[in-house]
Amino acid sequence: MLWNAFAIALREISRNMTRAFLTVLGIFIGVASIITMVTLGQGATEAVKSQISSLGSNLLTLRPGAGFGSRSSSAGVPHFTEKDAVALGDQIASIAAIAPVNTAALSTIYGHNARVSAVTGTTPIYFQINQWSLADGRFFTDLDLRSGSAVCVIGNTVRTELFGTDDPIGAKIRIGRASVEIIGLLATKGQSGMGDQDDTIIMPLSSLQRRLIGKISSNDISQISISAIEGSNSIQLIAEIAEIMRARRNLQSNQDNDFNVFDTRQIAETLGSTTRLMTMLLTAVAAVSLLVGGIGIMNIMLVSVSERTHEIGIRLAIGATAREVLLQFLVEAVTLSCIGGIVGILLALGLCFGLAQLIKIPFHFNPQINVIAFLFSAAVGVLFGYTPARRAARLNPIDALRHE
Amino acid sequence: MSEAPHIELRGLTKTFGSGDAAFQALKGIDLTIQRGEFVAIMGPSGSGKSTLMNQLGCLDTPTSGTYHYEGIAVEQLNADQRSLLRRYALGFIFQGFNLLARTSAMENVELPLLYRGMSRQDRRVKAQAALTSVGLPTKLTSTPGELSGGQQQRVAIARAIVSQPSTLFADEPTGNLDSVTTHEIMELLIRLNVDRGITVLMVTHDDDVAACAKRCVVIKDGLIESDQVLKQQPSATV
Repeated sequence: MLWNAFAIALREISRNMTRAFLTVLGIFIGVASIITMVTLGQGATEAVKSQISSLGSNLLTLRPGAGFGSRSSSAGVPHFTEKDAVALGDQIASIAAIAPVNTAALSTIYGHNARVSAVTGTTPIYFQINQWSLADGRFFTDLDLRSGSAVCVIGNTVRTELFGTDDPIGAKIRIGRASVEIIGLLATKGQSGMGDQDDTIIMPLSSLQRRLIGKISSNDISQISISAIEGSNSIQLIAEIAEIMRARRNLQSNQDNDFNVFDTRQIAETLGSTTRLMTMLLTAVAAVSLLVGGIGIMNIMLVSVSERTHEIGIRLAIGATAREVLLQFLVEAVTLSCIGGIVGILLALGLCFGLAQLIKIPFHFNPQINVIAFLFSAAVGVLFGYTPARRAARLNPIDALRHE
Repeated sequence: MSEAPHIELRGLTKTFGSGDAAFQALKGIDLTIQRGEFVAIMGPSGSGKSTLMNQLGCLDTPTSGTYHYEGIAVEQLNADQRSLLRRYALGFIFQGFNLLARTSAMENVELPLLYRGMSRQDRRVKAQAALTSVGLPTKLTSTPGELSGGQQQRVAIARAIVSQPSTLFADEPTGNLDSVTTHEIMELLIRLNVDRGITVLMVTHDDDVAACAKRCVVIKDGLIESDQVLKQQPSATV
């Protein structure tokens, strides 16, 4: 009987391809849109998360100037010194590591290739604070730092621009006035909200100060990188840093801070909640499209009710039982819904995969949303395909036949 | 075969609506029909003849009274049991043909056999034989939209007889047809009655069509006005 119903249902579907197509289309749109939006939304969230974690978690950066925007000017504000970094590290227990940082934009030349790169001078602990890892070669050491050797570690963007696909390790490049040997290549971190992190050259602070900027005194540094101990309270930590720095910079109580602390953990939290909000928004939009798809299915089903009621009347008159007719309609609705659902899932996954490549976010397959979208559309399809049929099948055959 | 008459109605009534709007279409019909009869049911519009036909064909349920088909108390059957009775014993021909749209003549005729669970091969053979017997051996793949009214009615007759019913119900079978086609359809019905022994019950308002029957029952205002055996041997005189 089931096979019979299946045969009749398939025949009915093939007999009215337009109706079948429109039903499938409604389900297809609903399924494809919700899966695409949720999958891409989650991919974007993943991308933001991984970019934030690539910045280094628990990372704080102490910079001169009052803050961002119009107040950010650091003109006339005294620089930090290496002693500031040492003092902070000694006095605050919740600082795990601290590194003085000086940066300069300098011309870099290798062979015929020349470009301006951001050069960072710092101490070896900086790699740990900023969670850099090596693709090749080695980091510079405390020995390099003490001796001020002309060595550097480069990011992948610099490598690509200067060396193409050649091996840069051991090569000497000209940075500003000095010739510097490349000893390490950093593993790539990719784009972040703060630009291309891989466009960087990192060398010992002493080497930068003495060989490239030309200052014998290494007191002046432009910023201080700090990593906090896991689980520490960043608000309290920032307050402690501010207290010590105000004292060290002799600020009176009526003066504002002439430095600011940039806290990636707070940025991460902000960005994280923003992307969560975006995902929720996308999901809401997708839910609406699923609803619209559902209404589309409903319309097609309801429009064909009177035609189908007549058909049910004929079938009942020639001896079909209500159950057989209903089974046929159920199989029809389930078949169409499943076709729509499967095609929708396939298209959505293809679309997500392509778009993820295009906008450079990870493709994150979420089986849950696929199942939910499929079940919802199938439920709508079956509900609106089956319910009117059930009403019709309960009529006396002669009443069903009167529907033309 | 049981000794009971083919069809036996006692005090059958049918009321549509309820309360003040209630309309009693059948006011107590007593009717006995034997196997092999060809009965024309006549009467003016609104007399209740089609309503009576629908009760007899188990397409509708009476309000009160008893209906025995081959000794079976039909009024006590549930919807599924009535479906099975229609499936195995009754055939229908309607004024409006009631064929499935966009469906070939073959498939329309195969439909009753499908519900009997017959194999594809058997269905084909029987449907083809039925369509041949109504004179449409060349229209197997035509859909109702491609057939004339007379041809559609032939397909409907083929569908009604393919399952070899005991009783054939025809509700104004020639109502939508011209006189030539009417003649052909009536010949077909007479042949089914005479050659195959199928009991035929036919509703019509056309005296000439009714004259093809062996017996004529006239309904007026929900009651049987007259019930007479027609003198002449049945033949298509239309």
